[in-house]
Amino acid sequence: MALKIRKRDEPWKWGALVIFLGALLFSLGVSALLLAGQGKDALHGMNILWQGSFGNLWALEGALLKAIPLFLCSLGVAVAFRMQIWNIGAEGQFALGAIGATWMALSFPDLPWYGLMPLMFAMAFILGGAWAFIPAVLRLKLRVNEIISTLMLNYIAILLLDYLVFGVWKDPTSFGFSMTPEFTPGAVIQGIGDSRVHWGLLFCAVVGVGLWAFMRFTRLGFELKASGEGARVARYAKIRYGMLTMFVMCLSGGFAGWAGCVETSAVLNRLQPSLMVGYGYTAIVVAWLARLEPLNIAFGSFLLAALRVGVENLQLELQIPAAFGVIMEGMILLTVLAGQFFLTYRIVRVARNGEE
Amino acid sequence: MKKMMKLLAVSAASLVLMLSLFACAESPEEKKAEEPAAAQPEAVAETAPEAAPTEGAAPAEAKTVKAGFVYVSPVGDAGYSYAHDLGRKAVEELDFATTSFVESVPEGADSERVIRNMARKEFDIIFTTSFGYMDPTIKVAKEFPNLRFMHCSGFKKAENVNNYFGRIYQARYLTGLVAGAMTKSNKLGYVAAFPIPEVIRGINAFTIGVRQVNPEAEVRVVWTKTWYDPALEKDAAKSLLDAGCDVIAQHQDSPAPQEAAQEAGAYSVGYNSDMSSFAPKAHLTSAIWNWAPMYVKTVEQVRDGSWQGDQSMWWSMQDGVVDIAPMGPMVPEDVKASVMAKRDEMVDGTDTVFAGPIKNQNGEVVVAEGTVMADGDLLGMTWFVEGVVGSAE
Repeated sequence: MALKIRKRDEPWKWGALVIFLGALLFSLGVSALLLAGQGKDALHGMNILWQGSFGNLWALEGALLKAIPLFLCSLGVAVAFRMQIWNIGAEGQFALGAIGATWMALSFPDLPWYGLMPLMFAMAFILGGAWAFIPAVLRLKLRVNEIISTLMLNYIAILLLDYLVFGVWKDPTSFGFSMTPEFTPGAVIQGIGDSRVHWGLLFCAVVGVGLWAFMRFTRLGFELKASGEGARVARYAKIRYGMLTMFVMCLSGGFAGWAGCVETSAVLNRLQPSLMVGYGYTAIVVAWLARLEPLNIAFGSFLLAALRVGVENLQLELQIPAAFGVIMEGMILLTVLAGQFFLTYRIVRVARNGEE
Repeated sequence: MKKMMKLLAVSAASLVLMLSLFACAESPEEKKAEEPAAAQPEAVAETAPEAAPTEGAAPAEAKTVKAGFVYVSPVGDAGYSYAHDLGRKAVEELDFATTSFVESVPEGADSERVIRNMARKEFDIIFTTSFGYMDPTIKVAKEFPNLRFMHCSGFKKAENVNNYFGRIYQARYLTGLVAGAMTKSNKLGYVAAFPIPEVIRGINAFTIGVRQVNPEAEVRVVWTKTWYDPALEKDAAKSLLDAGCDVIAQHQDSPAPQEAAQEAGAYSVGYNSDMSSFAPKAHLTSAIWNWAPMYVKTVEQVRDGSWQGDQSMWWSMQDGVVDIAPMGPMVPEDVKASVMAKRDEMVDGTDTVFAGPIKNQNGEVVVAEGTVMADGDLLGMTWFVEGVVGSAE
């Protein structure tokens, strides 16, 4: 008798969930061992991690807050990935969105929120989308690989942001430090009730449902998915592939731009370089974990945000190095992705004579 | 069937192995769980007789001060956070204080959450040690009026928030005196992080020191736009060395520029902590932070209730917060002596680093003779003095 790998004839129902939970458990187990290796109490540590991630309202609040920009960026990334366009540039598009929102907030400080907010969101979408439009055109006209061009544009975007906050937008009262003046109340997304969670959460829900409906019910959404199966097939089916590419990239960049807008307005209340903490890159991780489905992305961003928040608690209570959180995160991603193998293949016992 | 049994045996064995591993993982916990249980009765027995006469009054309760620290980079980087953490360790040594820290906390939204979580765990005093923590610190402090906050390197304050920093420019000036005496090419390189007043002030103080002993020398500045990126810092240092600089100074948090200088056979001036071990042949001296005395003092103030908020503190060499590392063996004795003489003056409280006349890069006198720049002007310094090659933007 031996073990053999066989391709599955039909997809494994609930397989994705089983694999995800299995990978999560495995990663947590290894993390516990790592903790024990550091001479820490592993079970106690896992409890602290749980408390810090989901254990109380504050933890949930922190995780939700952190999940909001991650969700929007990830949604944008996933739309492009769906069409097999590899937009690695969410980070730069996020920066451009923040710049757009700040531009409006500084230009029309006296407008009430119902006048200013639409302007900020519109400009964030336009600039974020425009930033993604560049690589789309380069790819279509000059066949420039969009992985490279989107990545390179990230650096340019961050330099542009630096230029603005170190230069023309610098707050004159900040003793020369690099930050814009604080936004007026009309430009700040307020908290829901007394909580720290802001109305950006509702915005996320609307965008998420909207995108899901768009992909499910519209012709454009169908064409988009079809194009993802193969560009040549799409062209053969008279789908306007070029137009669709540009549209998808703009949408993708626009979502990341919205994330930048929400984060700048609701959390920082001003533009400063510390805005850029890598949401655009984490978003790629989330999109893959979530297999590009909007609902999964919501779940995934919340989980990853909660993990990061929880690890802070672990640091504070047990004084473990910050790198521990990064290791855990990497392990979860790796095991989940490796686990995908079992979705398409299964391991069967084969008798020597060839019978299964 | 035999093979089936084999498989079972193997999986059973691996299961046992797994379990034993987990048992290992649990064992420290059991030990720890026992320790406090055993220790507590003793502790009660010890304190009870003392506490009883005072009827459990406040002084006995107020003995424990919990101090929290938030760092922007890992504590092991030999740089900025490392220096702060040495201060924390000094506080931890106090018998009435406990400390905890969170490292690698990005500025912005994440820092706000970390600071708030510390406040919720009722740390009596929270040190937030990076400029980008300023707004979050002020925000959280407003929600927790009973706790105390110390923000490093910013300019905002509140009822329960002080801002503090050290006059590292004093140390920079002294390192400039050393570097100016040691250069042969009269070109010195400065690897700098961001064009903000803190960094610009340091470059200016260094340059003033250099040109006091060597009026012909110039200081070339390269911006890296990062506090901590060893590879980038090293590249920046190399580009300065290629341009003919023979002393490399830095406002960066890793020792990479020191290593670049040593590899090129040049000299170097370190920052944050004594960086001589990273480049013993190149290292002239370092401008160093020594937070321990003021951190200990602050925590003592918290304990005895004399801590006051709403202050801006700018600690100097007199307070022992800034200093220079011991000068290397390549520095001639007479240079050492004259630098130490200047240092002694500063330790006594004389600070003439930014005394006029000081010219800017265009040769215009900005600080007139007989005047000294005010602290407010120093804190907002955005221009370079004469002798700096580079743009302050």
